[in-house]
Amino acid sequence: MQPQGMVSSADAAASALEAGDGGSPSLIRTFLQGRGSSAVADGTFRNLMMLCSLSIFAIVAFIAWELVKGSSASIHEFGFAFFRTETWDPVSGEFGAWPFIYGTLVSSLLALLMAVPLAIGVAVFLTEMCPRPLRGPISFLTELLAAIPSVVYGLWAVFVLVPLMRDHIGPFLLKTLGWTGFFGGYNMGIGMLTASIILAIMILPIISSITREVMTAVPISQREAALALGATRWEMVRIGVLRNARIGIVGGVILGLGRALGETMAVTMVIGNSPQIAKSLFAPGYTLASVIANEFSEATGDLYLSALMEIGLALFLVTILVNALARLLVWAVTRGAPARVA
Amino acid sequence: MGVGIRVTNLNAWYGDNHTLQDINLHMPANNATALIGPSGCGKSTFVRCLNRMHETNPIARATGSVMMGDLDIYKDASPVEVRRRVGMVFQRPNPFPTMSIYDNVASGLRLNGFRNRRVLDEVVERSLRSAALWDEVKDDLKRKSGASISGGQQQRLCIARALAVDPEVLLMDEPASALDPVSTSKIEDLIFQLKSQYTIVIVTHNMQQAARVAENTGFFLNGKMIEFAATHKIFTNPTDKRTEDYITGRFG
Ligand SMILES: Nc1ncnc2c1ncn2[C@@H]1O[C@H](COP(=O)(O)OP(=O)(O)O)[C@@H](O)[C@H]1O
Ligand SMILES: [Mg+2]
Repeated sequence: MQPQGMVSSADAAASALEAGDGGSPSLIRTFLQGRGSSAVADGTFRNLMMLCSLSIFAIVAFIAWELVKGSSASIHEFGFAFFRTETWDPVSGEFGAWPFIYGTLVSSLLALLMAVPLAIGVAVFLTEMCPRPLRGPISFLTELLAAIPSVVYGLWAVFVLVPLMRDHIGPFLLKTLGWTGFFGGYNMGIGMLTASIILAIMILPIISSITREVMTAVPISQREAALALGATRWEMVRIGVLRNARIGIVGGVILGLGRALGETMAVTMVIGNSPQIAKSLFAPGYTLASVIANEFSEATGDLYLSALMEIGLALFLVTILVNALARLLVWAVTRGAPARVA
Repeated sequence: MGVGIRVTNLNAWYGDNHTLQDINLHMPANNATALIGPSGCGKSTFVRCLNRMHETNPIARATGSVMMGDLDIYKDASPVEVRRRVGMVFQRPNPFPTMSIYDNVASGLRLNGFRNRRVLDEVVERSLRSAALWDEVKDDLKRKSGASISGGQQQRLCIARALAVDPEVLLMDEPASALDPVSTSKIEDLIFQLKSQYTIVIVTHNMQQAARVAENTGFFLNGKMIEFAATHKIFTNPTDKRTEDYITGRFG
Protein backbone atom coordinates (compact mmCIF):
# COMPACT_ATOMS: atom_id res chain seq x y z
CA MET A 1 0.00 0.00 0.00
CA GLN A 2 1.20 3.49 -0.73
CA PRO A 3 1.18 6.13 1.96
CA GLN A 4 -0.31 8.69 -0.48
CA GLY A 5 -3.36 6.49 -0.76
CA MET A 6 -4.33 7.31 2.79
CA VAL A 7 -4.70 11.06 2.35
CA SER A 8 -6.96 12.89 -0.04
CA SER A 9 -6.00 16.57 -0.13
CA ALA A 10 -2.79 18.55 -0.18
CA ASP A 11 -3.51 19.77 3.35
CA ALA A 12 -3.93 16.28 4.64
CA ALA A 13 -0.71 15.28 2.88
CA ALA A 14 1.13 18.09 4.57
CA SER A 15 -0.22 17.19 7.97
CA ALA A 16 0.60 13.55 7.38
CA LEU A 17 4.24 14.53 7.12
CA GLU A 18 4.23 16.63 10.26
CA ALA A 19 4.60 15.29 13.71
CA GLY A 20 1.32 15.09 15.59
CA ASP A 21 0.55 16.74 18.96
CA GLY A 22 2.57 15.84 21.97
CA GLY A 23 5.53 14.59 19.88
CA SER A 24 3.70 11.52 18.61
CA PRO A 25 5.18 10.35 15.26
CA SER A 26 3.68 11.48 11.94
CA LEU A 27 1.12 9.47 10.03
CA ILE A 28 3.66 8.21 7.51
CA ARG A 29 6.20 7.32 10.17
CA THR A 30 3.56 5.34 12.03
CA PHE A 31 2.53 3.63 8.85
CA LEU A 32 6.08 2.71 7.95
CA GLN A 33 6.89 1.51 11.44
CA GLY A 34 3.81 -0.65 11.37
CA ARG A 35 5.22 -2.48 8.39
CA GLY A 36 7.48 -4.48 10.65
CA SER A 37 10.89 -5.90 9.90
CA SER A 38 11.62 -7.39 6.49
CA ALA A 39 13.24 -10.50 7.94
CA VAL A 40 10.06 -12.56 7.95
CA ALA A 41 8.91 -11.44 4.50
CA ASP A 42 12.32 -11.93 2.90
CA GLY A 43 12.81 -15.28 4.58
CA THR A 44 9.40 -16.53 3.55
CA PHE A 45 9.89 -15.34 0.01
CA ARG A 46 13.26 -17.01 -0.24
CA ASN A 47 12.00 -20.33 1.10
CA LEU A 48 8.96 -20.25 -1.12
CA MET A 49 11.08 -19.70 -4.23
CA MET A 50 13.51 -22.36 -3.13
CA LEU A 51 10.62 -24.77 -2.74
CA CYS A 52 9.49 -24.00 -6.28
CA SER A 53 12.89 -24.79 -7.73
CA LEU A 54 13.38 -27.86 -5.55
CA SER A 55 10.04 -29.23 -6.71
CA ILE A 56 11.55 -29.50 -10.20
CA PHE A 57 14.31 -31.73 -8.89
CA ALA A 58 11.78 -33.75 -6.95
CA ILE A 59 9.60 -34.30 -10.01
CA VAL A 60 12.52 -35.35 -12.18
CA ALA A 61 13.85 -37.71 -9.52
CA PHE A 62 10.39 -39.18 -8.99
CA ILE A 63 9.89 -39.86 -12.70
CA ALA A 64 13.30 -41.46 -13.01
CA TRP A 65 12.61 -43.62 -9.97
CA GLU A 66 9.23 -44.79 -11.27
CA LEU A 67 10.71 -45.61 -14.66
CA VAL A 68 13.51 -47.65 -13.16
CA LYS A 69 11.12 -49.45 -10.83
CA GLY A 70 8.66 -50.22 -13.62
CA SER A 71 11.33 -51.59 -15.89
CA SER A 72 13.18 -53.67 -13.32
CA ALA A 73 11.98 -56.99 -14.81
CA SER A 74 13.29 -56.01 -18.20
CA ILE A 75 16.54 -54.68 -16.74
CA HIS A 76 17.08 -58.02 -14.96
CA GLU A 77 16.32 -60.03 -18.07
CA PHE A 78 18.34 -58.14 -20.67
CA GLY A 79 20.78 -55.99 -18.75
CA PHE A 80 22.62 -53.28 -20.62
CA ALA A 81 22.28 -55.19 -23.89
CA PHE A 82 18.70 -53.92 -24.03
CA PHE A 83 19.92 -50.60 -25.43
CA ARG A 84 21.92 -52.15 -28.28
CA THR A 85 19.77 -55.12 -29.25
CA GLU A 86 18.11 -54.76 -32.64
CA THR A 87 15.29 -57.26 -32.21
CA TRP A 88 11.87 -56.29 -30.91
CA ASP A 89 9.73 -59.40 -30.93
CA PRO A 90 6.93 -59.47 -28.36
CA VAL A 91 5.77 -62.90 -29.52
CA SER A 92 9.01 -64.65 -28.64
CA GLY A 93 9.70 -62.28 -25.75
CA GLU A 94 12.82 -60.67 -27.17
CA PHE A 95 13.12 -56.97 -26.58
CA GLY A 96 15.79 -54.47 -27.68
CA ALA A 97 15.56 -50.68 -27.85
CA TRP A 98 18.17 -49.82 -30.46
CA PRO A 99 15.85 -49.40 -33.50
CA PHE A 100 13.73 -46.98 -31.49
CA ILE A 101 16.69 -45.01 -30.16
CA TYR A 102 18.03 -44.85 -33.71
CA GLY A 103 14.67 -43.75 -35.12
CA THR A 104 14.25 -41.08 -32.47
CA LEU A 105 17.72 -39.63 -32.95
CA VAL A 106 17.70 -39.73 -36.75
CA SER A 107 14.22 -38.26 -37.18
CA SER A 108 14.96 -35.47 -34.69
CA LEU A 109 18.37 -34.56 -36.10
CA LEU A 110 17.03 -34.55 -39.66
CA ALA A 111 14.21 -32.33 -38.48
CA LEU A 112 16.73 -29.91 -36.95
CA LEU A 113 18.77 -29.95 -40.14
CA MET A 114 15.74 -28.75 -42.06
CA ALA A 115 14.15 -26.50 -39.45
CA VAL A 116 17.14 -24.52 -38.14
CA PRO A 117 18.20 -22.77 -41.36
CA LEU A 118 14.58 -22.05 -42.19
CA ALA A 119 13.84 -20.73 -38.70
CA ILE A 120 16.90 -18.48 -38.70
CA GLY A 121 15.92 -17.25 -42.16
CA VAL A 122 12.45 -16.38 -40.92
CA ALA A 123 13.89 -14.60 -37.87
CA VAL A 124 16.45 -12.65 -39.89
CA PHE A 125 13.79 -11.58 -42.34
CA LEU A 126 11.42 -10.53 -39.56
CA THR A 127 13.94 -8.55 -37.52
CA GLU A 128 16.17 -7.06 -40.19
CA MET A 129 14.31 -6.79 -43.47
CA CYS A 130 10.58 -7.12 -43.14
CA PRO A 131 8.59 -3.93 -43.78
CA ARG A 132 7.17 -2.84 -40.44
CA PRO A 133 3.47 -3.40 -41.20
CA LEU A 134 4.11 -7.04 -42.19
CA ARG A 135 6.13 -7.86 -39.10
CA GLY A 136 3.23 -8.38 -36.71
CA PRO A 137 1.11 -10.61 -39.00
CA ILE A 138 4.03 -12.83 -40.02
CA SER A 139 5.27 -13.38 -36.48
CA PHE A 140 1.71 -14.06 -35.41
CA LEU A 141 1.37 -16.68 -38.13
CA THR A 142 4.61 -18.44 -37.18
CA GLU A 143 3.54 -18.54 -33.58
CA LEU A 144 0.14 -19.84 -34.58
CA LEU A 145 1.91 -22.85 -36.08
CA ALA A 146 3.04 -23.72 -32.56
CA ALA A 147 -0.51 -23.75 -31.27
CA ILE A 148 -1.83 -26.41 -33.68
CA PRO A 149 -2.33 -29.76 -31.91
CA SER A 150 0.06 -32.42 -33.13
CA VAL A 151 -2.70 -34.78 -34.21
CA VAL A 152 -3.77 -32.14 -36.71
CA TYR A 153 -0.25 -32.07 -38.09
CA GLY A 154 -0.44 -35.84 -38.29
CA LEU A 155 -3.69 -35.74 -40.26
CA TRP A 156 -2.31 -33.11 -42.60
CA ALA A 157 0.78 -35.22 -43.09
CA VAL A 158 -1.25 -38.34 -43.86
CA PHE A 159 -3.48 -36.64 -46.40
CA VAL A 160 -1.13 -34.10 -47.97
CA LEU A 161 2.50 -34.80 -47.19
CA VAL A 162 2.42 -38.58 -47.72
CA PRO A 163 0.99 -38.44 -51.27
CA LEU A 164 3.29 -35.54 -52.08
CA MET A 165 6.24 -37.54 -50.85
CA ARG A 166 5.19 -40.64 -52.74
CA ASP A 167 4.42 -39.01 -56.07
CA HIS A 168 6.70 -35.96 -56.30
CA ILE A 169 9.36 -35.32 -53.64
CA GLY A 170 10.43 -38.94 -53.34
CA PRO A 171 10.92 -39.60 -57.06
CA PHE A 172 12.75 -36.28 -57.40
CA LEU A 173 15.14 -37.14 -54.56
CA LEU A 174 15.68 -40.60 -56.01
CA LYS A 175 16.62 -39.10 -59.37
CA THR A 176 18.93 -36.37 -58.05
CA LEU A 177 20.38 -37.86 -54.87
CA GLY A 178 19.71 -41.56 -55.35
CA TRP A 179 23.44 -42.21 -55.74
CA THR A 180 24.04 -41.36 -52.06
CA GLY A 181 22.06 -44.43 -51.02
CA PHE A 182 19.93 -42.40 -48.62
CA PHE A 183 17.04 -42.27 -51.03
CA GLY A 184 16.31 -45.69 -52.43
CA GLY A 185 14.15 -48.77 -52.10
CA TYR A 186 10.41 -48.83 -52.07
CA ASN A 187 8.86 -45.43 -51.43
CA MET A 188 5.36 -45.61 -49.98
CA GLY A 189 5.34 -42.02 -48.86
CA ILE A 190 5.53 -42.92 -45.20
CA GLY A 191 8.84 -43.38 -43.45
CA MET A 192 11.72 -41.65 -41.75
CA LEU A 193 11.96 -38.70 -44.14
CA THR A 194 8.25 -37.88 -43.99
CA ALA A 195 8.36 -38.02 -40.20
CA SER A 196 11.38 -35.70 -40.15
CA ILE A 197 9.66 -33.19 -42.41
CA ILE A 198 6.56 -33.04 -40.26
CA LEU A 199 8.77 -32.70 -37.16
CA ALA A 200 10.69 -29.89 -38.84
CA ILE A 201 7.46 -28.01 -39.49
CA MET A 202 6.38 -28.53 -35.90
CA ILE A 203 9.57 -27.22 -34.30
CA LEU A 204 10.04 -24.33 -36.73
CA PRO A 205 7.89 -21.83 -34.80
CA ILE A 206 9.59 -22.25 -31.44
CA ILE A 207 13.08 -21.94 -32.90
CA SER A 208 12.23 -18.96 -35.05
CA SER A 209 10.39 -17.06 -32.35
CA ILE A 210 13.19 -17.53 -29.84
CA THR A 211 15.77 -16.57 -32.45
CA ARG A 212 13.73 -13.48 -33.25
CA GLU A 213 13.60 -12.50 -29.58
CA VAL A 214 17.34 -12.79 -29.02
CA MET A 215 18.13 -11.01 -32.29
CA THR A 216 15.89 -8.12 -31.30
CA ALA A 217 17.80 -7.88 -28.02
CA VAL A 218 21.12 -7.24 -29.77
CA PRO A 219 21.78 -3.50 -29.44
CA ILE A 220 21.71 -1.24 -32.51
CA SER A 221 25.29 -0.21 -31.73
CA GLN A 222 26.51 -3.66 -32.77
CA ARG A 223 24.74 -3.37 -36.10
CA GLU A 224 26.20 0.08 -36.61
CA ALA A 225 29.69 -1.14 -35.74
CA ALA A 226 29.45 -3.67 -38.55
CA LEU A 227 27.82 -1.28 -41.04
CA ALA A 228 30.46 1.37 -40.39
CA LEU A 229 33.11 -1.11 -41.46
CA GLY A 230 31.47 -1.41 -44.86
CA ALA A 231 29.48 -4.55 -44.12
CA THR A 232 26.66 -5.49 -46.47
CA ARG A 233 23.29 -6.31 -44.98
CA TRP A 234 24.03 -10.02 -44.71
CA GLU A 235 27.53 -9.42 -43.31
CA MET A 236 26.04 -7.06 -40.75
CA VAL A 237 23.51 -9.69 -39.72
CA ARG A 238 26.23 -12.32 -39.54
CA ILE A 239 28.85 -10.54 -37.44
CA GLY A 240 26.76 -7.86 -35.76
CA VAL A 241 23.63 -9.83 -34.88
CA LEU A 242 23.77 -13.62 -35.26
CA ARG A 243 27.20 -13.85 -33.66
CA ASN A 244 25.99 -11.96 -30.62
CA ALA A 245 22.76 -13.90 -30.46
CA ARG A 246 24.26 -17.35 -30.95
CA ILE A 247 23.84 -18.62 -27.41
CA GLY A 248 20.19 -17.68 -27.35
CA ILE A 249 19.71 -19.27 -30.75
CA VAL A 250 21.26 -22.52 -29.54
CA GLY A 251 18.89 -22.35 -26.59
CA GLY A 252 15.98 -22.17 -29.02
CA VAL A 253 17.37 -25.06 -31.04
CA ILE A 254 17.68 -27.18 -27.90
CA LEU A 255 14.06 -26.48 -27.02
CA GLY A 256 13.03 -27.47 -30.54
CA LEU A 257 15.12 -30.62 -30.30
CA GLY A 258 13.45 -31.51 -27.02
CA ARG A 259 10.08 -31.22 -28.67
CA ALA A 260 11.20 -33.32 -31.64
CA LEU A 261 12.60 -36.10 -29.47
CA GLY A 262 9.39 -36.50 -27.53
CA GLU A 263 6.85 -35.83 -30.27
CA THR A 264 4.53 -38.81 -30.51
CA MET A 265 1.26 -38.43 -32.36
CA ALA A 266 2.24 -36.90 -35.69
CA VAL A 267 5.32 -39.08 -35.97
CA THR A 268 3.40 -42.26 -35.21
CA MET A 269 0.97 -41.45 -38.01
CA VAL A 270 3.61 -41.20 -40.73
CA ILE A 271 6.81 -42.99 -39.74
CA GLY A 272 5.59 -46.50 -40.66
CA ASN A 273 6.07 -48.05 -37.20
CA SER A 274 8.47 -50.78 -38.10
CA PRO A 275 11.40 -51.47 -35.76
CA GLN A 276 14.18 -51.60 -38.31
CA ILE A 277 17.34 -49.74 -39.15
CA ALA A 278 17.62 -48.87 -42.82
CA LYS A 279 20.00 -46.62 -44.68
CA SER A 280 17.28 -45.34 -46.98
CA LEU A 281 15.25 -42.51 -45.51
CA PHE A 282 12.24 -43.72 -47.49
CA ALA A 283 12.15 -46.84 -45.33
CA PRO A 284 9.77 -46.95 -42.36
CA GLY A 285 11.15 -46.62 -38.87
CA TYR A 286 9.95 -46.36 -35.31
CA THR A 287 10.63 -44.01 -32.41
CA LEU A 288 10.75 -44.47 -28.65
CA ALA A 289 7.69 -42.32 -28.11
CA SER A 290 5.70 -43.98 -30.90
CA VAL A 291 6.26 -47.53 -29.71
CA ILE A 292 5.09 -46.66 -26.23
CA ALA A 293 1.94 -45.01 -27.56
CA ASN A 294 1.21 -47.84 -29.98
CA GLU A 295 1.87 -50.91 -27.87
CA PHE A 296 1.16 -49.93 -24.29
CA SER A 297 -2.53 -50.76 -24.40
CA GLU A 298 -1.96 -54.16 -25.99
CA ALA A 299 1.11 -55.19 -24.02
CA THR A 300 0.46 -58.63 -22.59
CA GLY A 301 2.73 -60.10 -20.00
CA ASP A 302 4.89 -58.43 -17.39
CA LEU A 303 8.09 -58.57 -19.38
CA TYR A 304 6.50 -56.83 -22.38
CA LEU A 305 5.14 -54.09 -20.14
CA SER A 306 8.42 -53.79 -18.34
CA ALA A 307 10.30 -53.51 -21.65
CA LEU A 308 8.02 -50.66 -22.67
CA MET A 309 8.76 -48.94 -19.36
CA GLU A 310 12.44 -49.31 -20.12
CA ILE A 311 11.80 -47.73 -23.53
CA GLY A 312 10.44 -44.78 -21.56
CA LEU A 313 13.59 -44.79 -19.48
CA ALA A 314 15.64 -44.82 -22.68
CA LEU A 315 13.73 -41.79 -24.00
CA PHE A 316 14.36 -40.03 -20.71
CA LEU A 317 18.08 -40.78 -20.92
CA VAL A 318 18.37 -39.87 -24.60
CA THR A 319 16.74 -36.52 -23.93
CA ILE A 320 19.05 -35.76 -21.03
CA LEU A 321 22.12 -36.88 -22.95
CA VAL A 322 21.32 -34.89 -26.07
CA ASN A 323 20.65 -31.77 -24.03
CA ALA A 324 23.88 -32.18 -22.11
CA LEU A 325 25.82 -32.66 -25.33
CA ALA A 326 24.27 -29.56 -26.86
CA ARG A 327 25.17 -27.47 -23.82
CA LEU A 328 28.69 -28.85 -23.83
CA LEU A 329 28.96 -27.80 -27.44
CA VAL A 330 27.86 -24.25 -26.64
CA TRP A 331 30.30 -24.09 -23.79
CA ALA A 332 33.17 -25.32 -25.94
CA VAL A 333 32.43 -22.86 -28.76
CA THR A 334 31.95 -19.80 -26.60
CA ARG A 335 34.59 -20.48 -23.99
CA GLY A 336 36.51 -17.29 -23.21
CA ALA A 337 34.16 -14.98 -25.07
CA PRO A 338 31.46 -13.23 -23.09
CA ALA A 339 28.00 -14.55 -23.73
CA ARG A 340 26.28 -11.28 -24.33
CA VAL A 341 26.85 -7.71 -25.37
CA ALA A 342 27.98 -5.48 -22.53
CA MET B 1 45.66 9.42 -47.50
CA GLY B 2 42.65 11.50 -46.76
CA VAL B 3 40.35 13.33 -49.14
CA GLY B 4 38.60 16.67 -48.73
CA ILE B 5 34.86 16.74 -48.01
CA ARG B 6 32.55 19.28 -49.60
CA VAL B 7 29.01 19.39 -48.29
CA THR B 8 26.42 21.29 -50.33
CA ASN B 9 22.84 22.07 -49.27
CA LEU B 10 22.59 19.12 -46.95
CA ASN B 11 19.18 18.66 -45.34
CA ALA B 12 18.18 15.84 -43.05
CA TRP B 13 14.97 14.77 -41.37
CA TYR B 14 13.82 12.36 -38.69
CA GLY B 15 10.18 11.95 -39.66
CA ASP B 16 8.86 15.53 -39.72
CA ASN B 17 11.70 16.85 -37.62
CA HIS B 18 13.90 18.90 -39.97
CA THR B 19 17.10 18.07 -38.13
CA LEU B 20 19.65 19.62 -40.52
CA GLN B 21 18.90 22.69 -42.60
CA ASP B 22 20.96 23.72 -45.62
CA ILE B 23 24.41 22.81 -44.39
CA ASN B 24 27.28 24.01 -46.58
CA LEU B 25 30.96 23.59 -45.75
CA HIS B 26 34.30 22.35 -46.96
CA MET B 27 36.62 20.26 -44.83
CA PRO B 28 40.14 20.10 -46.28
CA ALA B 29 42.01 16.83 -46.70
CA ASN B 30 44.32 15.55 -43.94
CA ASN B 31 42.98 18.00 -41.40
CA ALA B 32 40.91 17.60 -38.30
CA THR B 33 37.60 19.43 -38.22
CA ALA B 34 35.78 19.84 -34.93
CA LEU B 35 32.02 20.21 -34.65
CA ILE B 36 30.63 21.86 -31.55
CA GLY B 37 27.20 22.92 -30.39
CA PRO B 38 24.62 22.19 -27.70
CA SER B 39 23.02 18.73 -27.40
CA GLY B 40 20.34 18.00 -29.96
CA CYS B 41 21.58 20.59 -32.47
CA GLY B 42 22.26 17.92 -35.10
CA LYS B 43 25.99 17.19 -34.86
CA SER B 44 25.51 13.43 -34.74
CA THR B 45 22.99 13.58 -37.54
CA PHE B 46 25.47 15.55 -39.65
CA VAL B 47 28.28 13.08 -39.05
CA ARG B 48 25.99 10.15 -39.79
CA CYS B 49 25.10 11.74 -43.12
CA LEU B 50 28.78 11.61 -44.05
CA ASN B 51 28.85 7.80 -44.14
CA ARG B 52 25.17 7.34 -45.00
CA MET B 53 24.49 5.80 -41.63
CA HIS B 54 21.66 8.30 -41.20
CA GLU B 55 19.48 6.47 -43.71
CA THR B 56 19.66 3.18 -41.78
CA ASN B 57 17.03 4.65 -39.49
CA PRO B 58 13.68 3.83 -41.13
CA ILE B 59 12.15 7.24 -40.41
CA ALA B 60 15.21 9.21 -41.55
CA ARG B 61 15.76 11.01 -44.87
CA ALA B 62 18.44 13.25 -46.33
CA THR B 63 18.93 15.42 -49.44
CA GLY B 64 21.83 17.41 -50.82
CA SER B 65 25.30 16.46 -51.91
CA VAL B 66 28.40 15.29 -50.10
CA MET B 67 31.57 15.11 -52.21
CA MET B 68 34.50 13.14 -50.88
CA GLY B 69 37.31 13.95 -53.23
CA ASP B 70 35.70 13.35 -56.62
CA LEU B 71 33.08 11.00 -55.30
CA ASP B 72 29.50 12.12 -54.71
CA ILE B 73 28.64 9.67 -51.95
CA TYR B 74 24.89 9.97 -52.47
CA LYS B 75 25.05 9.57 -56.27
CA ASP B 76 28.08 7.59 -57.30
CA ALA B 77 28.29 4.94 -54.62
CA SER B 78 26.25 2.52 -52.55
CA PRO B 79 26.19 3.00 -48.76
CA VAL B 80 28.43 -0.04 -48.36
CA GLU B 81 31.02 1.39 -50.76
CA VAL B 82 30.94 4.69 -48.90
CA ARG B 83 31.46 3.03 -45.54
CA ARG B 84 34.41 1.06 -46.84
CA ARG B 85 36.15 4.39 -47.37
CA VAL B 86 34.88 6.21 -44.31
CA GLY B 87 35.71 4.89 -40.86
CA MET B 88 33.52 5.72 -37.88
CA VAL B 89 34.05 5.74 -34.14
CA PHE B 90 30.97 5.99 -31.97
CA GLN B 91 30.33 7.72 -28.68
CA ARG B 92 30.09 4.49 -26.74
CA PRO B 93 32.79 1.96 -27.58
CA ASN B 94 31.16 -0.90 -29.49
CA PRO B 95 33.71 -3.68 -29.97
CA PHE B 96 32.30 -7.06 -30.99
CA PRO B 97 32.13 -8.87 -27.63
CA THR B 98 32.23 -12.36 -29.11
CA MET B 99 35.45 -11.68 -31.03
CA SER B 100 39.02 -11.56 -29.79
CA ILE B 101 40.96 -8.31 -29.93
CA TYR B 102 42.70 -9.54 -33.06
CA ASP B 103 39.46 -10.56 -34.74
CA ASN B 104 37.90 -7.20 -33.91
CA VAL B 105 40.64 -5.33 -35.72
CA ALA B 106 40.63 -7.79 -38.61
CA SER B 107 36.85 -7.79 -38.95
CA GLY B 108 36.65 -5.00 -41.54
CA LEU B 109 39.12 -6.71 -43.85
CA ARG B 110 37.70 -10.18 -43.29
CA LEU B 111 34.23 -8.88 -44.14
CA ASN B 112 35.56 -8.01 -47.53
CA GLY B 113 36.96 -11.47 -48.02
CA PHE B 114 40.56 -10.68 -47.11
CA ARG B 115 42.21 -13.89 -45.91
CA ASN B 116 46.00 -13.51 -46.22
CA ARG B 117 47.23 -14.34 -42.70
CA ARG B 118 50.60 -12.65 -42.96
CA VAL B 119 49.19 -9.37 -44.22
CA LEU B 120 46.36 -9.51 -41.68
CA ASP B 121 48.89 -9.93 -38.88
CA GLU B 122 50.76 -6.92 -40.17
CA VAL B 123 47.67 -4.75 -40.55
CA VAL B 124 46.41 -5.68 -37.09
CA GLU B 125 49.71 -4.76 -35.52
CA ARG B 126 50.03 -1.52 -37.47
CA SER B 127 46.46 -0.47 -36.66
CA LEU B 128 46.87 -1.26 -32.98
CA ARG B 129 50.12 0.69 -32.95
CA SER B 130 48.47 3.66 -34.64
CA ALA B 131 45.72 3.48 -32.05
CA ALA B 132 48.35 3.44 -29.29
CA LEU B 133 47.00 0.17 -27.97
CA TRP B 134 49.58 -2.35 -29.18
CA ASP B 135 51.79 -2.42 -26.11
CA GLU B 136 48.85 -2.95 -23.80
CA VAL B 137 47.27 -5.87 -25.65
CA LYS B 138 49.99 -7.53 -27.69
CA ASP B 139 50.27 -10.47 -25.29
CA ASP B 140 46.65 -11.50 -25.42
CA LEU B 141 45.56 -10.50 -28.88
CA LYS B 142 43.78 -13.76 -29.55
CA ARG B 143 42.99 -14.75 -25.99
CA LYS B 144 41.01 -11.79 -24.76
CA SER B 145 37.60 -10.71 -25.96
CA GLY B 146 37.16 -7.22 -27.36
CA ALA B 147 34.83 -6.44 -24.48
CA SER B 148 37.10 -7.62 -21.69
CA ILE B 149 39.43 -4.60 -21.77
CA SER B 150 38.81 -1.21 -20.15
CA GLY B 151 36.51 1.39 -21.70
CA GLY B 152 39.38 3.57 -22.87
CA GLN B 153 41.11 0.57 -24.39
CA GLN B 154 37.86 -0.51 -26.04
CA GLN B 155 37.54 2.89 -27.68
CA ARG B 156 41.11 2.71 -28.97
CA LEU B 157 40.32 -0.80 -30.20
CA CYS B 158 37.38 0.64 -32.12
CA ILE B 159 39.71 3.26 -33.59
CA ALA B 160 42.15 0.51 -34.59
CA ARG B 161 39.28 -1.42 -36.14
CA ALA B 162 38.31 1.64 -38.17
CA LEU B 163 41.92 2.28 -39.22
CA ALA B 164 42.52 -1.30 -40.35
CA VAL B 165 40.56 -0.77 -43.56
CA ASP B 166 42.74 2.28 -44.32
CA PRO B 167 39.88 4.78 -44.63
CA GLU B 168 40.15 8.15 -46.31
CA VAL B 169 37.96 9.83 -43.74
CA LEU B 170 37.57 9.11 -40.04
CA LEU B 171 34.35 10.20 -38.33
CA MET B 172 34.38 10.45 -34.55
CA ASP B 173 31.17 11.23 -32.68
CA GLU B 174 32.18 12.36 -29.19
CA PRO B 175 34.77 9.58 -29.05
CA ALA B 176 35.99 10.50 -25.58
CA SER B 177 32.83 11.57 -23.81
CA ALA B 178 32.31 8.18 -22.16
CA LEU B 179 35.94 7.98 -21.04
CA ASP B 180 38.04 9.07 -18.08
CA PRO B 181 40.47 12.02 -18.43
CA VAL B 182 43.57 9.84 -18.94
CA SER B 183 41.95 7.84 -21.72
CA THR B 184 40.60 11.08 -23.15
CA SER B 185 44.02 12.62 -23.41
CA LYS B 186 45.33 9.44 -25.04
CA ILE B 187 42.60 9.67 -27.65
CA GLU B 188 43.39 13.33 -28.25
CA ASP B 189 47.09 12.59 -28.77
CA LEU B 190 46.00 9.91 -31.14
CA ILE B 191 43.83 12.25 -33.20
CA PHE B 192 46.73 14.65 -33.37
CA GLN B 193 48.94 11.88 -34.79
CA LEU B 194 46.33 10.53 -37.17
CA LYS B 195 45.30 13.71 -38.88
CA SER B 196 48.42 13.82 -41.02
CA GLN B 197 47.11 10.73 -42.81
CA TYR B 198 43.34 10.93 -42.55
CA THR B 199 40.67 13.55 -42.85
CA ILE B 200 39.13 13.60 -39.42
CA VAL B 201 35.73 14.90 -38.42
CA ILE B 202 35.25 14.98 -34.67
CA VAL B 203 32.19 15.94 -32.69
CA THR B 204 33.01 17.17 -29.22
CA HIS B 205 31.43 18.91 -26.26
CA ASN B 206 34.82 19.83 -24.98
CA MET B 207 36.10 23.20 -26.24
CA GLN B 208 39.67 22.55 -25.14
CA GLN B 209 39.57 19.32 -27.08
CA ALA B 210 38.45 21.14 -30.21
CA ALA B 211 41.12 23.77 -29.69
CA ARG B 212 43.83 21.16 -29.19
CA VAL B 213 43.18 18.86 -32.13
CA ALA B 214 41.32 20.69 -34.88
CA GLU B 215 42.41 23.13 -37.58
CA ASN B 216 38.84 24.15 -38.31
CA THR B 217 35.75 24.26 -36.18
CA GLY B 218 32.06 24.41 -37.08
CA PHE B 219 29.40 25.64 -34.67
CA PHE B 220 25.95 24.09 -34.96
CA LEU B 221 22.76 25.41 -33.43
CA ASN B 222 19.21 24.09 -33.91
CA GLY B 223 20.04 22.20 -37.07
CA LYS B 224 21.90 25.06 -38.77
CA MET B 225 25.59 25.67 -39.13
CA ILE B 226 26.06 29.08 -37.67
CA GLU B 227 29.76 29.53 -38.25
CA PHE B 228 32.65 27.61 -39.76
CA ALA B 229 36.20 28.95 -39.51
CA ALA B 230 39.73 28.30 -38.35
CA THR B 231 39.63 27.01 -34.80
CA HIS B 232 41.64 29.86 -33.29
CA LYS B 233 39.32 32.36 -34.94
CA ILE B 234 36.19 30.66 -33.61
CA PHE B 235 37.60 30.64 -30.12
CA THR B 236 39.18 34.07 -30.04
CA ASN B 237 37.22 36.20 -32.45
CA PRO B 238 33.94 34.63 -33.60
CA THR B 239 31.91 36.53 -36.19
CA ASP B 240 28.48 35.49 -34.95
CA LYS B 241 27.08 36.64 -31.64
CA ARG B 242 25.56 33.20 -30.99
CA THR B 243 28.93 31.49 -31.40
CA GLU B 244 30.44 33.88 -28.90
CA ASP B 245 27.64 33.25 -26.43
CA TYR B 246 28.14 29.51 -26.74
CA ILE B 247 31.89 29.40 -26.34
CA THR B 248 31.86 31.83 -23.46
CA GLY B 249 29.33 29.57 -21.80
CA ARG B 250 26.39 31.92 -21.86
CA PHE B 251 24.11 29.11 -23.01
CA GLY B 252 24.12 25.44 -23.97
N1 LIG C 1 16.86 8.17 -33.82
C1 LIG C 1 16.21 9.34 -33.80
N2 LIG C 1 14.88 9.37 -34.03
C2 LIG C 1 14.22 10.56 -34.03
N3 LIG C 1 14.78 11.74 -33.82
C3 LIG C 1 16.10 11.78 -33.58
C4 LIG C 1 16.88 10.58 -33.56
N4 LIG C 1 18.17 10.91 -33.30
C5 LIG C 1 18.19 12.25 -33.17
N5 LIG C 1 16.95 12.79 -33.33
C6 LIG C 1 16.61 14.19 -33.27
O1 LIG C 1 17.43 14.91 -34.14
C7 LIG C 1 17.88 16.10 -33.54
C8 LIG C 1 19.39 16.17 -33.59
O2 LIG C 1 19.95 15.11 -32.83
P1 LIG C 1 21.49 14.77 -32.85
O3 LIG C 1 21.99 14.83 -34.23
O4 LIG C 1 21.65 13.49 -32.13
O5 LIG C 1 22.11 15.95 -31.99
P2 LIG C 1 23.53 16.09 -31.29
O6 LIG C 1 24.39 14.95 -31.72
O7 LIG C 1 24.03 17.42 -31.75
O8 LIG C 1 23.28 16.10 -29.82
C9 LIG C 1 17.34 16.12 -32.13
O9 LIG C 1 16.24 16.99 -32.10
C10 LIG C 1 16.88 14.71 -31.88
O10 LIG C 1 15.72 14.72 -31.11
MG1 LIG D 1 25.25 13.38 -30.56
